[in-house]
Amino acid sequence: MKLIDSALKPEFTSMFDVEHIRADFPILKLQVEGKPLVYLDNAASSQMPQQVIDRLVRYQTSEHANINRGVHYLSETATAEYESARRRLQHFINAREDREVVFTSGTTDSINLVMHGYGRKYIRAGDEIILTTLEHHSNIVPWQMLAEEKGAKIRVVPISDAGELLVDEYEKLFNARTKFVGVLHVSNALGTINPVKEMIAFAHARGVPVLVDGAQAAPHMAVDVQDLDCDFYAFSGHKLCGPTGIGVLYGKAELLERMQPFKGGGDMILSVTFEKTTYNSIPHKFEAGTPPIAAAIGLGAAVDYLSAIGLDTISAYELKLLNYATEQISNLPGVRVIGTAARKTAVLSFVMEGVHPHDIGTLLNHEGVAVRTGHHCVQPVMLRLRVPATARASFAFYNTMAEVDTLISGIRTVQKVFT
Amino acid sequence: MNSKSLYQEVILDHNKKPRNYGTLDKASHHAVGHNPLCGDHLDIELNLDGERIDNIAFHGESCAICKASASMMTTVVKGKTRADAETLIKEFREMSTGTLNLNEDHHLGRLTVFAGVRDLPTRVKCAILPWHTLHAALNSVTTTSTEAEDDPMHAAIGDA
Repeated sequence: MKLIDSALKPEFTSMFDVEHIRADFPILKLQVEGKPLVYLDNAASSQMPQQVIDRLVRYQTSEHANINRGVHYLSETATAEYESARRRLQHFINAREDREVVFTSGTTDSINLVMHGYGRKYIRAGDEIILTTLEHHSNIVPWQMLAEEKGAKIRVVPISDAGELLVDEYEKLFNARTKFVGVLHVSNALGTINPVKEMIAFAHARGVPVLVDGAQAAPHMAVDVQDLDCDFYAFSGHKLCGPTGIGVLYGKAELLERMQPFKGGGDMILSVTFEKTTYNSIPHKFEAGTPPIAAAIGLGAAVDYLSAIGLDTISAYELKLLNYATEQISNLPGVRVIGTAARKTAVLSFVMEGVHPHDIGTLLNHEGVAVRTGHHCVQPVMLRLRVPATARASFAFYNTMAEVDTLISGIRTVQKVFT
Repeated sequence: MNSKSLYQEVILDHNKKPRNYGTLDKASHHAVGHNPLCGDHLDIELNLDGERIDNIAFHGESCAICKASASMMTTVVKGKTRADAETLIKEFREMSTGTLNLNEDHHLGRLTVFAGVRDLPTRVKCAILPWHTLHAALNSVTTTSTEAEDDPMHAAIGDA
């Protein structure tokens, strides 16, 4: 057994005090099966700091009413806070204008909005949509539904054994029929960071718009939609230390304006008669009905919280966690890391010889360690890498090197049970 | 019940050395069971001699709970009648979902080592899949799934 190399445990006190950060997260004080919770399922959903919880409480206790209608104090307050949250999200991703930020229920909803609002209007029979092998089911299934409806075709970018997109193959897929590209920024199952900026430039040179699924990128790196030049960028609030039920679709204003609304109802209209309805301007055109106001305001507070720490600081710290965890797990015989891309976020998918991931998950839970097991909603990735499922530890900036050690000793315990 | 105590010696032993693992040269009934939540699948073949399960075998890709459940199931149902097997299927299903009173008469015997799954809702399907697949095979349904809406066992398994 190799001793833990203390050189790999850097001091962050100068720029980042993880214990100070952890104190903000009440749930991290929980005990599970008598052991301190080690929460390593952040790619599925992250935890919420007290600052965001307090913001939700303040909204519900002193600011809540329906937005965009009443002239009374509370309605005006709620509307102002909701729109202020939109501007916080705008700055978070460096969008040009706040009207380019559409609140949705999450990444899946955002992608479905693009499929219905853009895809159904502009994709025709014989057209081709390029997706990648790494896509989450949420960026596959809506496009399959569209392809079936329109008689369009889906082309898929292959990956290497390491879990990296084969960019040459991506470029070869383009032809005169290519009308849309959907690519995820970071793989939820493997952590691969895709070269989306270059892929977008290549598509734009051929007049093809690109949607980026940023669900796994936005929480872990600074995202600049103007720098990426993506046409659409989708992400979720609950993976960003915010509430569930809220997410964002960023879209370039000129594209959002050309899109048809997906849902009809109140708030998304300027005028309604039984003869004709005139739609509201963007982003309201896409926000039919009463939105999750509290969740949007909570998400605004969450991105403020993350920005105060600094996304570059978060990325740097999480990379140290990943490198340490990767080195430690690589020392364990019979354990294989799935997803070994050169550029990764702090996601560690692994399999163990002779032990099914479900059994790993149940036994790690006994040690207080929460990991995700299964196919992670990426069955094509599992098929390609010839594993039925994996166990996945996914880290956040509030995880510690000591928690990596708990994970590693938990994996050793699993191995002992199965020998 | 905690998550670790499910992994008892007998379960680990059947996982490591599964009984009746493989295929049959002669099979009258066969079914494949899938658990789409984890991608596991199980192939069960059996040969009915009249009403009696004369031989049975299984193979597939699954977790320890599922494989041990399948292994123990084959040892228990081999030689039993179809009706006895259906009784065991019903009782095993009820035990796994917590609706069977183990203090009352039942026929499960050593299969009660799986009783603990009732406290682990995400693992109930793992234990039930072999029984679910056996039920399908006996009723000449060639493919089944723990998520099949039209399957009579679906309701019992629930949304783990």
